[in-house]
Amino acid sequence: MSPIKLKYTIDAGDLSRAGEASSKMKMSLRKLGIPPETIRRAAICMYEGEINMVIHANGGEVTVLVGMDEITICLADQGPGIPDIEKAMSEGWTTAGDTARGLGFGAGMGLPNMARYSDHMHIDTTVGVGTTVTMKFKVA
Amino acid sequence: MTLTEIRDLLQAEVLCGEEHLDRVVKSACASDFMSDVLAYVKDEAVLITGMVNPQVIRTAEMLDMQCIVFVRGKRPDGEMLALAREREIVLMCCDVRMFMACGLLFTHGLTEE
Repeated sequence: MSPIKLKYTIDAGDLSRAGEASSKMKMSLRKLGIPPETIRRAAICMYEGEINMVIHANGGEVTVLVGMDEITICLADQGPGIPDIEKAMSEGWTTAGDTARGLGFGAGMGLPNMARYSDHMHIDTTVGVGTTVTMKFKVA
Repeated sequence: MTLTEIRDLLQAEVLCGEEHLDRVVKSACASDFMSDVLAYVKDEAVLITGMVNPQVIRTAEMLDMQCIVFVRGKRPDGEMLALAREREIVLMCCDVRMFMACGLLFTHGLTEE
């Protein structure tokens, strides 16, 4: 069976609306019968990604591939890119502004959380061009 | 501990989800920083916070949390209530500060995880 493909567009701008795509994905995975713990990990990672895309990159596109044994989430944006991935991956390091902080984000935990909750994560980024974050989750 | 007991201990007002007050919960997390909630919550079912915006509901939703308690007299708006109702998350608000809310619930058996 070929994987089921889900696509979401993350709008730029209003951070208070971020999370709608993650919520929709969560419901779709539930309907597809994915185990709750896998859904939870995937939802947390996609939500963090969605928040990042709104804060840093003027939104973007998310593609989710749901296979029998594995879920792949690919977040692609055309934002400013990440100049130093090592720094961005260290807990507590952030470039988020006051708006994000005002809503309880921008603690520098987004990418580290995504790495922690996914089984595999790869970041492909070019400064001035954009960033693609691919995460894989074993269905268990 | 049931959500009814939490309501009574904190003298809280239930804003939505009255029909779910018989839910039994064992652990809670208290923070105004949603990034930290997403980073550290494992199976905690109750979120205690003084932060009021739709992302608080979204954070609880992603983590499959059952109940959010707003402290320091903070009250969510209609949009947040609608979102919580849709996701079957119980919302309560109380006047006590976060430290007291945590202390009261902890001494009555609610733990971290």
